[in-house]
Amino acid sequence: MLKIQNLHASVEGKKILNGINLEIKAGEIHAIMGPNGSGKSTLASVLAGRKEYEVTEGSVDFLGKNLLDLDPEERAGEGLFLAFQYPVEIPGLSTTNFIKTAVNEVRKYRGQEVLDAVSFLKLMKEKMALMNIDQSLLSRPLNEGFSGGEKKRNEIFQMAMLQPRLAILDETDSGLDIDAIRIVANGVNKLHTKENGVLVVTHYQRLLDYIIPDFVHVLYNGRIVKSGTKELALELEEKGYDFIKNEADIVEQV
Amino acid sequence: MNTIEYYKERFDQLQAGDKAKGLTAFRQNAFNDFSKMGIPTNRHEEWKYTRVGSLFNKEYTSAFLQSSSIVAETALADIRLPGYSQANELVFVNGYFNASLSAIRSTDLIAITLDEAASSTEFKEIVAQNLGHSKNYLKDGINALNGAFVQSGLFVHVKKGYAVEHPVYIYNVVDAGAGNIFCQPRSLMHVAENSQLQIVETYVTIGESDSFTNQVMEVVVEKDAVVEYYKIQNDVSQSNLLSTTHFRQIGKSYIHTVTVSLNGGIVRNNLNIVMGAERSEAHLYGLYFQSGSSHIDNHTVVDNVMPNCFSNELYKGIMNDEATGVFNGKIFVRQDAQKTNAYQSNKNILLSDNASVNTKPQLEIFADDVKCSHGCTVGQLDEEAMFYLQSRGISENTAKSLLVRAFAEDILEHIKLAPIHDYIEKLISKRLKNRKA
Repeated sequence: MLKIQNLHASVEGKKILNGINLEIKAGEIHAIMGPNGSGKSTLASVLAGRKEYEVTEGSVDFLGKNLLDLDPEERAGEGLFLAFQYPVEIPGLSTTNFIKTAVNEVRKYRGQEVLDAVSFLKLMKEKMALMNIDQSLLSRPLNEGFSGGEKKRNEIFQMAMLQPRLAILDETDSGLDIDAIRIVANGVNKLHTKENGVLVVTHYQRLLDYIIPDFVHVLYNGRIVKSGTKELALELEEKGYDFIKNEADIVEQV
Repeated sequence: MNTIEYYKERFDQLQAGDKAKGLTAFRQNAFNDFSKMGIPTNRHEEWKYTRVGSLFNKEYTSAFLQSSSIVAETALADIRLPGYSQANELVFVNGYFNASLSAIRSTDLIAITLDEAASSTEFKEIVAQNLGHSKNYLKDGINALNGAFVQSGLFVHVKKGYAVEHPVYIYNVVDAGAGNIFCQPRSLMHVAENSQLQIVETYVTIGESDSFTNQVMEVVVEKDAVVEYYKIQNDVSQSNLLSTTHFRQIGKSYIHTVTVSLNGGIVRNNLNIVMGAERSEAHLYGLYFQSGSSHIDNHTVVDNVMPNCFSNELYKGIMNDEATGVFNGKIFVRQDAQKTNAYQSNKNILLSDNASVNTKPQLEIFADDVKCSHGCTVGQLDEEAMFYLQSRGISENTAKSLLVRAFAEDILEHIKLAPIHDYIEKLISKRLKNRKA
């Protein structure tokens, strides 16, 4: 469903991605790991369409469309979802109102009928039960004063409401304790089907104990330098990123 | 009408025809002040960013002398605010209080003309002590000009110990159907000890010509009284307004104000709160959301005269197109006003490259044991928030609307009168819908 070919991107003139190749098929879970500054979050941002990033080369095909031609809201309409590393706090905007607007705009984009108040409430109740999320959280202004765990749960709840084809989780585990990680991971797993894909971007292996990836890729200096199965994540955890760096730097020198 | 002679002629005419005599001396003093100060230019510190010269240079089929009202009751039907059937409605037409168009529904509320009040045994003391108090804070000819031509102003009295059950809606109607109109409404409100009053004020120009209103309202608040005041400005773009609202807390009391400015030509609001009694409290909220080439100026003064007072001020602005804005917030803390708590904040969002705001906090503190803070910001909509909303499938235009609405929320939530709150909310939603992308 997602095919990234030779993707180069820079921000403020600084090259961050240097030729990424990656294919994700329906039903697969991929993990992108890598040291700080390797370009993990940049990749997530470029895929979601953040303006500050300039794609200088390469292509991204998403379900047969050129993803890079689409605005962020169109990408969401096509079925792409980015769970933010730092969800934005918006005082004055109720979480429910925000989600309702999002759901209906996406439905409009997909040519589906807009949900009336009753059907929306029904959908919300259903997903709230699934995600084990409380009504009181949703009546509050969007992410304002939410704990780290609440913010990430809210991200996954939005994902449940928007029913994306491909979910990108950008460092969803950062700043969470082990219980919160488990709750968030459970949510992701519940939503995972044979039809949709997941791209987990993470620095640590621990999230992958709960969201089991089919493939693990290591990003270094804006390029995927190693790919493997979930065992690669364990190896990284054990040896640290230095062994990858050494390997990659040697290859570069040759 | 930019020469003193122009006004002198009309002033003499007015004084000569004055029968009630209750306000003759007041007007004379005001006219003397006006003669000395004249119309402020932008060299005047308080009028640096709001130029009023063009307003005074225009010709008006002037309303310096009261003529019979031409506004019919049917015309009022269109301009009434929601909830009016449960409100006391006070109507000014072309600057004159019109008792026959007004409706008093609360028995604990007295609304008569200022001239009547000035001649009545019951109220003449109150009028003498309080009418014109605002001139101590507004040292320019504009306030004086209003005073010089006071006639058929409004006097409101809330009886001691009464919480007025129905809010007071004040409509400032200008009939500009037969040429440009200049008018000067004046009112004095007396909120007696241990009473409560909610006031909603709005401005409506009927007809196609220009209107120019120079308004002064003074409110005296006695011990243990509570006053809520909502000013709503959503008039046509050919209406210009210089509007002073002057509160004077002479006993420990509570004031809550929200000023909402959504449209108009040149609009200047002076809001003064004189905290003249210990342990008084005042809240000042303001929201301005302007587009086109409108100009909005909010000048506020919080004067802490006595100790232990608390004031909190938050004004927020959203500026689109070529709209221009001014915020000037003064806080005085007098030498005796120890333990003052005074907070002020002004935040602005510019939606267009051509919109602008000049914002200036001004604190003058003469006491040493006080807590005061101020801050102001001018910026664009947060890009990170925009991206967040868009990444959820929300279009750029809708995302902007949601963020603007969210920005306004912490002002709107302070409108405690439900019908007025809903009304403002609808006006803003409509504005957001019509906003060009």
